[in-house]
Amino acid sequence: MKIIVLLKQVPDLVEDLEVDASGKTLDTDDIKFKLNEYDDHALEEAILLKESGAVDEIIAMAVDGDGTDKMLFTAIAKGADGAVKLTGGNPADSHQLGKAFSNVLASESYDMIFTGVQSVDDRDGQLGPIIGSYLRMPCVSVVSGVKVSGDTAVIHKEYSGGMMGEFEVDLPAVLGIQAAKQSPRYAPVSKIRQVQETMSVIEASMGDLGFGSRSSVASMAPPEKGAGSKMLEDVEALIDVLKDKGVI
Amino acid sequence: MADHKYEKWIQKDDAIIDGIDVSGEWNKMYEPREIMNYDLTYMDKITDLDGGESMGWCYQCAQCIGVCPVDNVGSYGPRKIYRNLQTGQNLFEHPDLWLCTTCSNCLRVCPKEVDMMKIMPAAREQAVLDGNVPAELQDMLQNVAEYGNPMGESARKRVRWLRKFDEPVRDLSKEENPQPVDVLWYVSDYFSFHGRGNDAAKSMVRVFNRLGVDFGILGKEEKCDGDSQRLVGETGLFEELAEHNGAQFEKYEHNKLVVSDPHAYNAFKNFYPKVTNKEYNVQHYTQFLAEQIDDLTTLMKQPYPKKVTFHDPCYLGRHNGEYNAPRTLINAIPGIDFMEMFRCKEQGYCCGGGGGGMWLDGLVADHTSERLSENRVKEAIEVGAEVLAVCCPYEVSRFEDAVKSTNNDGKLEVIDIIEILDYCIDNGDGS
Repeated sequence: MKIIVLLKQVPDLVEDLEVDASGKTLDTDDIKFKLNEYDDHALEEAILLKESGAVDEIIAMAVDGDGTDKMLFTAIAKGADGAVKLTGGNPADSHQLGKAFSNVLASESYDMIFTGVQSVDDRDGQLGPIIGSYLRMPCVSVVSGVKVSGDTAVIHKEYSGGMMGEFEVDLPAVLGIQAAKQSPRYAPVSKIRQVQETMSVIEASMGDLGFGSRSSVASMAPPEKGAGSKMLEDVEALIDVLKDKGVI
Repeated sequence: MADHKYEKWIQKDDAIIDGIDVSGEWNKMYEPREIMNYDLTYMDKITDLDGGESMGWCYQCAQCIGVCPVDNVGSYGPRKIYRNLQTGQNLFEHPDLWLCTTCSNCLRVCPKEVDMMKIMPAAREQAVLDGNVPAELQDMLQNVAEYGNPMGESARKRVRWLRKFDEPVRDLSKEENPQPVDVLWYVSDYFSFHGRGNDAAKSMVRVFNRLGVDFGILGKEEKCDGDSQRLVGETGLFEELAEHNGAQFEKYEHNKLVVSDPHAYNAFKNFYPKVTNKEYNVQHYTQFLAEQIDDLTTLMKQPYPKKVTFHDPCYLGRHNGEYNAPRTLINAIPGIDFMEMFRCKEQGYCCGGGGGGMWLDGLVADHTSERLSENRVKEAIEVGAEVLAVCCPYEVSRFEDAVKSTNNDGKLEVIDIIEILDYCIDNGDGS
């Protein structure tokens, strides 16, 4: 049983995000990138399945860019067995990213593809369905539990309002992971360094992305600030305000 | 011996005590049978570690127990750890692994030199590599690995405390062609990011400026010193931080490194050289200022007529033998009424923040009757102090919390020595 986990870097919200001069994208000068939180959960869920004995091999895969190597070596230090980075292009959105991964995955063997349910930069959540569509296999998103038996997997999918669905899915399948059974683990730096010295990241060309991006950003702006808030000293002050506003 | 008064109940044909079969003739007790029947797997694993050897030297005299700050509020200490290992306990997966604050008081009294300051990091490193890290500690390690500080703040925000602060400070990371400085001041995480630490950092700047010290800071290029990370077993992270900070010390020409934090002092003086192969001319700020005590005394006009006691930081005192410098500064404060606590200098009580304790509050709370910091503030109040002076950036936040959690709010003020000096020179921030 082999899982390929797709990873993506997103802007780290520890920095104040600013829109650049074009008004259409983020100013990336001072942005720090980090692994998308949901992808970290996808990786953790895969590692937990491997530790339970249900899965034999995990490969981490990501598009090449600043910090990609370290992110992939960290994935290996946590428990992945190998890593692949996609070169030769710069996918502009989920559709192009899905095409890029699908091109490379077409020549790979796997039983399951894990992605994070969405990435915090575009909140699109379409990568899994797009890959499922290209590679003709089932896709379940918002997954919070995976059990494997033979050629099928039993998947727990979360719905809004606290509902939970259970699916039996034929493998291979694409799963968009919402949450692993435990918080993503920490990779000790000495382990990451050891991996960097002893292993390498395999490069694969992402090939033809097929078409230009089908959506474009018209404008980007931070949310408008409200009028602010006022801290009141006591209940009497609150009553005065409510009287002023004609509420009471 | 047959008529010995205990003979009847010592001699048992069938006896299993603590899972160990001690059946048979009474005189079997003279044979080394019991100890050989224990599972020594984990004892051997500890003593086989590089740094773990001395765990096996313990001969159970228990001198450590009397001085262990954790035993004072629970049941702990090197002797007990040894005994538990001897009876087969897996320390690598036991909470005891994380309770030691590496305060070094046990080593001070140990006739066998069982060194928990080496045993704990070695054993914890194995636990870290195996993924057995308490969740609260994991968050801290993740933050330091990603952002270079335990708070998980952006590196750029390390100098945010300088905003709207009109004292001159040279941030060397912002200078195009940085000229040499006499003093490179390592500000440290808590002085940079913690609100009360910011107060002390500003005091340091004012005192430096009044003394005419030519100093600069690393700004956003400064990262956590890594000493606590080393002590919780994250050796790789410590090495990465030592390489980073070591490279900054090389980059910016200076005569002397002055640090706010005893943990940084310990790291730069004793452990960075093993990573970077460089020696550092480093002083804790109390040492640096104590050398200028005459100038300081002249500058301090404003009296500070309060009853003050002082908490020795473990990493300045026991670890590095500096007890006088902070006291030199305190005794020079005009109008001060200084009193020692019962446990002071070599016998100083640990605040609980060292060795990773700063980020293990939940785990420690589950295994102790009160926080070490709570025990300490009670002592300060008991000796009649109204101010607890400190000189480690961990301590203001720890002790201020402890004052509140022991219902002593308003009875004890916690303040860094540098803030008192600043008050006496400049009346603090003017308020």
